[in-house]
Order: sequence, then structure tokens, then C-alpha cells
Amino acid sequence: MNQKKELVVVALENGTVIDHIPSDKLFKVVSILGLDKLDSQITIGNNLSSKKSGLKGIIKITDKYFESSEINRIALIAPNAVLNVIKDYKVVEKQKLTLPDQVCGIIKCVNPKCVTNNQPIETKFHVVDKESINVKCHYCERMIEQEDILFNS
Amino acid sequence: MNVKSLVSITDYSKEKILKIVEAAERFEVNPNQDLLKNKVVATLFFEPSTRTRLSFETAINRLGGRVIGFSDASNTSTSKGETLKDTIIMVSNYADLIVMRHPLDGAARYASEVSNVPIINAGDGANQHPTQTMLDLYSIKKTQGTLENLNIYMVGDLKYGRTVHSLLMAMSHFNPKFTFIAPDELKMPEEYKRFCYEKGIEYREMSELNDISEADILYMTRVQRERFLDLVEYEKVKNVYTLKKNMLEGTKENLRVLHPLPRVGEIAEDVDESPKAYYFQQAKNGVYARQAIICDALGLI
Ligand SMILES: [Zn+2]
Repeated sequence: MNQKKELVVVALENGTVIDHIPSDKLFKVVSILGLDKLDSQITIGNNLSSKKSGLKGIIKITDKYFESSEINRIALIAPNAVLNVIKDYKVVEKQKLTLPDQVCGIIKCVNPKCVTNNQPIETKFHVVDKESINVKCHYCERMIEQEDILFNS
Repeated sequence: MNVKSLVSITDYSKEKILKIVEAAERFEVNPNQDLLKNKVVATLFFEPSTRTRLSFETAINRLGGRVIGFSDASNTSTSKGETLKDTIIMVSNYADLIVMRHPLDGAARYASEVSNVPIINAGDGANQHPTQTMLDLYSIKKTQGTLENLNIYMVGDLKYGRTVHSLLMAMSHFNPKFTFIAPDELKMPEEYKRFCYEKGIEYREMSELNDISEADILYMTRVQRERFLDLVEYEKVKNVYTLKKNMLEGTKENLRVLHPLPRVGEIAEDVDESPKAYYFQQAKNGVYARQAIICDALGLI
């Protein structure tokens, strides 16, 4: 069992492994990163046991490297995920995620009367609290707590 | 973003607030000036608000400016589906400044990002109405002689009332003490209490309007029937938060009662004759405050 799990992680020649994603957030991460629209080989593991905490998910993407602006979006829902950059079967970089100060486009405002929900406008949110992940709509100024954050489909 | 725009009261620094208040004082002494000669100001009211529009248009006319615009969007291209962006860009090609009121939250911030000329927010949905806050501050300064160290009592709907939230933010520069008086259903939101706490501002909460002997400013708001699920509760609350003339006995000499108007029944008519009633003068002060805000946005003062 253990051996098998290692294999899942290690058997990537070049690409990115995103590890330590809480199991219930895995498919959200997939959609936020737009992996469903990617041509690369992708392996997804979920409900794996984790030494750190509970059940985790893991995503391996062959021949794909992310810009930090791209990858940091998932810090909104999986702030403890770890990014491994793999080159020639080796982990050449281990990256912790950092929450950006501003998030454009991916969050949907919860306020139905917000201008972004009624006009063709890209949303923009300020991250006001990086600990508890509270965001504030740049336009209608509504504060949104982490559990209430909605993502654009 | 157009740096001269006024979208939210937090766009103004303490220095800017003081500058506007001082300019409003000068406009009150001398309201008719030709500062806007040869300037065109657009007043775009995507939802009607006669009171606010007349105050702005009076301010513009007293400054010698010309007004274009509409008072209701139902007959404009907006009603035919034109985007807000297109309307704002089109108008910003004609006018030197845009005053706008819009039913959507955040509409003014967005307009300030697409416009070539400054935007003054005259109310965006339930979000912001910063010129109301500036006229409140001007009224406070005028009646108290200062904005510093005042005891401010806010009464009524402190949950949904945007005027009290903006007033709280603006007054936070001036070392105030707040007393929040509201029914349980309409208490001041946590977010603003946390803000006070972080800024070291003293506040207390009460559920009844009885002891106002320490107040310098009594800021009354409308308690709207729609906010209550239980109409019996509404009837009860409505009476508890009504200011009557005898309640002004024993209050401070300098106490003034403010209200953003229109009132529904929060202030009994017999209060009107008290020298401490200030809400009608407060509305008049709006013209001077708006003259100052307009001139500042255009870099004229
Ligand atoms: Zn919003």
C-alpha cells in the first residue's frame, strides 16, 4: 500500500505535483486551475491517508509548470497545499502557497445586487485577512468569509 | 482609477475631510461663485432621488456651471440594454465631471475605473453615499465647533443604515466616543465594532433610547418596517426608538439632533421647535458640502 502510494507521487519525469490538498477541496482545485481544459497527462489521487492530517488529495500534471500567480489562486481554498516542481524524476523545488493580496476573475460575488453580477465585469477581491481568508469585493465592498466564497464556473 | 473621484468615504484622508469641511464653510458665507463657469457637469440618476439630485444641481448652479443628465433611467439608452461602461464613457466625453446615483452596489467604483473624468458617487445601491457623510460632518463641525473628542449617539437601524456606517468610518479620525442604540435585530454589525476596537475607539451598546444626557450628537435613522419579519415586534420597536421633546430635557446645551431625512416617525413633530433639532439645517448644509466636493474633484480649490 505504501509502496503503491509512493509510486503515484514519484513516477513523473517532468511536471508538477500538488500535494496535501484536503480531500473535499480536490475537485475544486481541479476546476480553479482549469485542469479540465488541459491536454497534459493528469493523474489525480484522492482520499489518500496523510501523515499531516486526515485524508488528502494529490494531483500530478505531466510537462506543466505553473506561474505563481496562477497557482496562488488555490491558496484561497487549500492554503496548506504544497507544490512540487519535478524535473528528470527529481523534486527540484518545493513551494508553499501564498495568498495574493488581490484575486481577479475567479471568485463570484455573493451579493446579487453587486454590479459584477449585473454587468459584464471581471470580479476583483481584496484579501483582507490572510489568516482566516476573508475577502472583500472591490466593487460592492461586501466582506465574504472563507466558507462563503463562491467560484466562477 | 481616476484619483479625484469620490466613491467611498474611505477615499478621503483626514486632511481631505478637513479641507472639504473648511471649503464648505467658505461656500456657506459666499455661495454664489463662478468657479464652474464654462464647465459642464453630468448628473446621471439611474434611479430617482429628487432630494439628492436637487441638492447637487443647486450646488452646480450656484457655482455657475451647466447641468446635463437624466433623473430617471427609464427613458434612456440604459433601458435599451446599453452597458454602464458605454454610458459612462459616452458621457465622460461630454462632461467635465459626473455625479451618479445607481441602484447597483459598486456601480460608482466601476464607473470611476472606466471614466476619463472624476465621478462623484451620489449613492450606489445599499453601499455608499459619501456626500451625505460629508454634509453630516460639516453639520457636526458647524454645530460643535470641532470634530474632535465628541460623544456621538447613533440610534435606530444600525445594521442596514449605510449613513451610520460611513459616519462611523469618517469620525474615526477624530477620537470620538460612540453609543450605539438599536434593537437586537438591527444592531451595529461586528465588522464595524471590530474596526472601532482596532482603532482604540470607545463604544458601548444600548437597547433603549433613554439616557442621552452625555450626547453631543444624536444621530437618528429610519427604522423600516421591511426589516422586521414580525410586525408586532416592529410596532414595539418603532415606539421605543422615537425621540420626543421631553426626552431632550436635561441634555447638554450643545446637543444637536441629526437625521438623514426623510423621517418616518422616529422624531416626533414637537421636537422640530427645539433649538436642538438640526435636521432641516443639516439638509441645507448639503449644498455647501457638495459645492466643496465638486470643486475639489475638479482641482479648483
Ligand atoms: Zn460585490
